Amino acid sequence: MSDKTRNIILDRRRFIAGSAAGGLVATGIIGMPHIARAATPVKIGIIHPVTGGVSYSGTQGRAGAMMAVDDINAAGGIKSLGGAKIEALLADAQSKADVGAAEVEKLNEAGVSAVVGGYASFICMATTQAAAKHGLPYIVDVGTDDRIIKAGLANTFRFSPGYGVFVETAVSALGQLNNAAGKPAKTAMIVHEDSAFGTGTAGLLAKQLPGIGIEVMEIMKHPTPNLDFNNIVLRIKAQKPDVVIPADYYNEYVLFARTMQQQKVRPKAIYSVLGGAASQYKFVKEFPEAAAYIMDCNHWYNPQKPAALELKKKTEAKGLFYTYEVFLNYEAVMLLADALERAASTDRAKITAALASSTWSGHFMPYGPTKFEGGQNTGARAVNLQVLDNDIKVILPPEFASAKPVFPMPA
Amino acid sequence: MTTIWMDQLSILLPAILNGVTTGAVYALVALGLTLIYGVLHIINFAHGSLLMVALYGVYFLYALVGIDPYLAFPIVVPAMFALGYGLQRYVIGRAGHGKDENIMLVTLGLSIIIENLALFFWTSNTRTINTSYGFSTVDFGVAFIAVPKVVAFVGAVVIAGLLWQFMQRTDLGKAIRALAKEPRGAQLVGISTAHVYAMSFGIGIACLGAAACLLLPTYYASPHIGQAFVLIAFTIVVLGGMGSFVGALLGGLIIGVTESLGGLFLGESLGKIGIFLIFIAVLLLRPTGLFGQRA
Repeated sequence: MSDKTRNIILDRRRFIAGSAAGGLVATGIIGMPHIARAATPVKIGIIHPVTGGVSYSGTQGRAGAMMAVDDINAAGGIKSLGGAKIEALLADAQSKADVGAAEVEKLNEAGVSAVVGGYASFICMATTQAAAKHGLPYIVDVGTDDRIIKAGLANTFRFSPGYGVFVETAVSALGQLNNAAGKPAKTAMIVHEDSAFGTGTAGLLAKQLPGIGIEVMEIMKHPTPNLDFNNIVLRIKAQKPDVVIPADYYNEYVLFARTMQQQKVRPKAIYSVLGGAASQYKFVKEFPEAAAYIMDCNHWYNPQKPAALELKKKTEAKGLFYTYEVFLNYEAVMLLADALERAASTDRAKITAALASSTWSGHFMPYGPTKFEGGQNTGARAVNLQVLDNDIKVILPPEFASAKPVFPMPA
Repeated sequence: MTTIWMDQLSILLPAILNGVTTGAVYALVALGLTLIYGVLHIINFAHGSLLMVALYGVYFLYALVGIDPYLAFPIVVPAMFALGYGLQRYVIGRAGHGKDENIMLVTLGLSIIIENLALFFWTSNTRTINTSYGFSTVDFGVAFIAVPKVVAFVGAVVIAGLLWQFMQRTDLGKAIRALAKEPRGAQLVGISTAHVYAMSFGIGIACLGAAACLLLPTYYASPHIGQAFVLIAFTIVVLGGMGSFVGALLGGLIIGVTESLGGLFLGESLGKIGIFLIFIAVLLLRPTGLFGQRA
């Protein structure tokens, strides 16, 4: 007798036993055979740049997404689909846009119902387009470039804010800080990475900073990866701006801040907009001197929500730093789970419709219930942070603040 | 007005010093290339990917065994020499059948194979190391220069000097030069060509091992890192003159400073354009380079 036939017989026996038991026992456990049968899992694609130039962030993002998948499955899966478990198909975009697009094609072939991730803006632009060809619902985890949303793809959703929101929040906060301190800052220099996110952010900053009385002396760009910031720091040293504004990815940000420290350049403030490292515990822990007093306008959780702190504990128990990549990906997968629950289907169009009409409030971000307009969650907002006492503190807006800002930074 | 000049000077001098230190390491990479060209008359397209292998060697010695990049010298340099010797003697020499164009294609093929193997086994991650001295600086009065850059400069100049002495004084050095000038004559006086060819290739590749040890404290390893260096090294060799030692050293320094000043005035993204403008200008105006013999 082959194994296969034995399995069938065993199954039949188990089935008969199950039915007999079901017939005898009270209705309370009628749900049992339902679970034992195990509904077909829902396949979702989780794509990040886990190798290459931005691999640190990609790896963090994947970890966050996987924690959400584990939590959903542990809590009984998608209930409207008979407790279907989520099956995550992992893809690596290798920090390259073309590889990202090719990986989405593969995920499509593998029959996923939705895709989450992308991380870097230049990757998200390619992956969302690739997903759109197949009507695949796509949740952007981070990708702050507003062109991702302005492309108008019906399948693309972003839970977190775009760089437009960040620049507006950052400039108005800087204006407030500067006014409160008696306007010590009159000039600024912007340092940015030269792909979509950095270039777009720097462009918006340059337009809006004069509005709060800060003159932009120079905008300097650099590629990712960039292994020498001496020239950029030398230019800053020569022109002595009051504020230095960096917008780059993690490795470059750390190197830049350390080179500033090495060359003994100390402006009145290092004020980042979506600084790759300024709001990262890894940076603060490894290079406390370079990180001290750096301010950042970035993604952050609502510190008053217990769920956010619970996830922080869980993340740290895994030996990982609790970074925005982790919690934004966690929330992106949770948002998808909510849509799956309401769609009660693995059909791509139905999931897309459920996302578009989403009013999810089960998250721990400082946002309010989700409300998508053209794919963008309109309630999403940014907060201002500062590295104080070897920790990352929220300094603005006041309702979430955990510390008072220190500006200008002590010489 | 004077303050503006002081400001300009205060950034110009550090940038030049930075360029000189980087240029010395470029020179070391180019020395290997020019030696191989001078003797074997082949352009080694695998030069960059072999540098990448050396960088990974230094990286893994540090990350897995905890050996400091500078102390890795006695391991990485002989290992790279052996790799180079073996490659020339048993792969490139044999597959080339004595035809220059074949040899060139073999080295090109090797570089593709090595890079893709690296991509497969080590992924496209950029790998850096974090040494205690990585961000210490030496105060030169006009500039703070990172300690590893100063070490790299001194190391590269010393190694270039030693190599020069070696070529001038030892029997092997004389044999290598003889083979470069007159292969048939060298054979007639009893020089084993296969051995000396392989020795020169080995020494050229050993230079890469030394360069890797000096580079990694401030640089990084990734599978495609070699391409950036090989283009720069070609430019240096062309600028200095094919096969010229002094040319490679001087060319390296010129390119290093050009790159640094380009980065300073044109920005990091556009700064490298200066290097290639020099490359084109040399090809147009002085094809033999600064110290090159006529072909």
